[in-house]
Amino acid sequence: MSAASVHSAIEPAETPLTPESWGKLGMWIFLAGDAVGFGTLLAGYGAMRATSADWPSPYEVLGINLTALMTFLLICSSVTMVKGLEWLGKGDRSKCKMFLFLTALGGAIFVSLQAYEWTHLIHRGLHINGNPWGASLFGTTFFLVTGFHGLHVTGGVIYLLAILRYVANRPEPRASYNAVEIVGLYWHFVDLVWIMVFTFMYLI
Amino acid sequence: MSASSATAHAHVEHAGHHELGFVRTYVFSTDHKMIARQFLFLGLFMMIIGGLLALIVRWQLAWPETAVPGLGAILKETGGILEPSTYNMAFTMHATIMIFFVIMPILAGSFGNFCIPLMIGARDMAFPFLNMLSFWVTASAGVIMLSGFFVEGGHAAAGWTSYAPLSAVPSYTGVNWGQNIWCISLFIMGIGSMMGSINYITTIINMRAPGMRLFRMPLVVWSLFITAILLLLALPVLTSAVAMLLFDRTLGTSWFRPSGGGEPLLWQHLFWYFGHPEVYILILPAMGIASEILPVFSRKPIFGYHAMAFSMISIAFLSWVVYGHHMFVSGMNPALGMAFTVTTMIIAVPSAIKTFNWLGTLWGGRIQFTVPMLNALAFVSMFVIGGLSGIFMASTPVDIYIQDTYFIVAHIHYVVFGGSIFGAFAAIYYWFPKMFGRMMNTTLGHLHFWPTFVFFNCTFFPMHIIGVGGQMRRIYNPMQYEFLQHQQHWNVFITVSALCLGLGQIPFVVNFFWSLFAGLKAPMNPWNANTLEWTAPSPPPHLNWGPTLPTVYRGPYEYSSPESKEDWLPQTAPPVAAAGARRH
Repeated sequence: MSAASVHSAIEPAETPLTPESWGKLGMWIFLAGDAVGFGTLLAGYGAMRATSADWPSPYEVLGINLTALMTFLLICSSVTMVKGLEWLGKGDRSKCKMFLFLTALGGAIFVSLQAYEWTHLIHRGLHINGNPWGASLFGTTFFLVTGFHGLHVTGGVIYLLAILRYVANRPEPRASYNAVEIVGLYWHFVDLVWIMVFTFMYLI
Repeated sequence: MSASSATAHAHVEHAGHHELGFVRTYVFSTDHKMIARQFLFLGLFMMIIGGLLALIVRWQLAWPETAVPGLGAILKETGGILEPSTYNMAFTMHATIMIFFVIMPILAGSFGNFCIPLMIGARDMAFPFLNMLSFWVTASAGVIMLSGFFVEGGHAAAGWTSYAPLSAVPSYTGVNWGQNIWCISLFIMGIGSMMGSINYITTIINMRAPGMRLFRMPLVVWSLFITAILLLLALPVLTSAVAMLLFDRTLGTSWFRPSGGGEPLLWQHLFWYFGHPEVYILILPAMGIASEILPVFSRKPIFGYHAMAFSMISIAFLSWVVYGHHMFVSGMNPALGMAFTVTTMIIAVPSAIKTFNWLGTLWGGRIQFTVPMLNALAFVSMFVIGGLSGIFMASTPVDIYIQDTYFIVAHIHYVVFGGSIFGAFAAIYYWFPKMFGRMMNTTLGHLHFWPTFVFFNCTFFPMHIIGVGGQMRRIYNPMQYEFLQHQQHWNVFITVSALCLGLGQIPFVVNFFWSLFAGLKAPMNPWNANTLEWTAPSPPPHLNWGPTLPTVYRGPYEYSSPESKEDWLPQTAPPVAAAGARRH
């Protein structure tokens, strides 16, 4: 990559792992730490559910039709993310911008559907500190885990829009390649976490 | 991003062309050296508060329910006498402040920031803005933590471990917002620490100067690298756990409250899953600092460089599988307890490797008893005592009798004060000339070290004795039990020693500030050390080196090498080409 040669021409360094961009390694490291945060919540959820005598059936209480649609949407947004990066690599800035916008749109619809789902469930009596179906931690874990994930998606949408602007403002399309790749790492991570959350909180 | 390195390059070219304003230089600075100084001042300021809280606790233990001198003005209703709730608050906040806002900011925050770029030959951290943010987030967490002293109901009083349900139900301790503030502050600190570790790891992996291979890195950089990885993977567990605790307290959830179907043991599991790596986060940088200072003042290479690096790596790995030894009496399957006993004892192996390598470094060396060296030697010897008493705690049958007594208080202080704090003092005395460009005063340094070393032992060693004698940790008044009364003279002795230990810090404060403004100007390399930071001016300018970065040709500890006429051979010294040129 041209960026790599430019970089090492400025400051020679001993075998850097990601010579093209330090932010890429930084994002990987952040994701490792973030995964531990999610892991803690999910492990707490698993431990509490495994030892609970009256855990409601998530399939019956939560329903999965809407969330299956949300999951599909999020996976599609990962695909558009990949396409966006691919087009940027080919030097087509406008296609990249379109796909980045579609990715952000997918995330925004996801969060909106989640808000609708939360409202619906709260009306039916699912609260963070209790619910009519059984263990109060059922609601706690549901809102905490999906809420923490929803915050990540919301942050991701803002991040994507910021990168969209960045791509638009760069004089040369490929100059923003690293930035788009890094937001992609984040977005795929958020998607992957949702697959875990969907599996553990809705399906099982 | 490569964009930031381009900016760095532009700065090198334009260095001197424009001066940054006061705010950008001293307050919101993105220079790793200024951020290191900020972390140091934060840590030392908090150390005064944490130390005074410890003295308040000690006063109550020696002369229970008598007025603490100087507290009459603050505790007006009792005339300066500690009530049980105030006492609980004092020891809780002593530990919280010392661990999260003294040792972590000084060792990981300050010396991490200072040493990593300078010792690997980088101009700054990988993400300077994030670095600045990391300091200010941590400092805000500190301010929030201190604000807890002023809210109604007092500050958190459930111990630094904040075991649930004591911490989860406000009516149990009578503390309402104090505990919430404790949670919020640690949550924010967790975010700041994550920013720091992202920076440290990226910088070390990507930004080493040409020739600085991983196994040519100074051991203190290795230790900070491993510490950053532990921070990255341990702190988020605490961050999530304090969020859960906060929800239990404010939103009526019941993660840790059995009345709502929760499980108090879950808190202990989460806390110690973070807490045990945390112990190594506190001690590993001090180990690195000792490994740095001992060779310099023995004028010998470190004994077993690779073994030192690998033993730190194995300590880090093992630290994830030993946390259950904090919970032997919490209710645990005996088979699991056995497993945790075994893994804990295995940690003694890499620790012993390190200790013997330090001794091997000293063996036959020409030892110079400078102030940093004395502190480093104190670190090694005190760490041995703390490590050995740890083996007592690791063994389940012994632990059942001595857990939650003063024996564990003695152990933690031998490791964290005898280890980390002596390591921090060693680092301050050693790197002060590079950090501030002035030498510290040696006489005052001795006047600080010797009382600290003597009174440290007088304070903490007898705690082993009264602990085995049955005095409980966190007890309000030891005189309330007849079987403890006969050892009350030890409590008086410990408190008098602790007061002397506190007074012994005055020469340090005087030395620090006096040297800051009036110390002798430091030369570039006052200790004749090999590592890269000593090839930069004292103090190093913005971006550390001139137009070209140093190139590394050799390992960091080639002292008394036959290749050189001097007894030191900097990492930047090129290999001698012709055989004829070799003389010694």
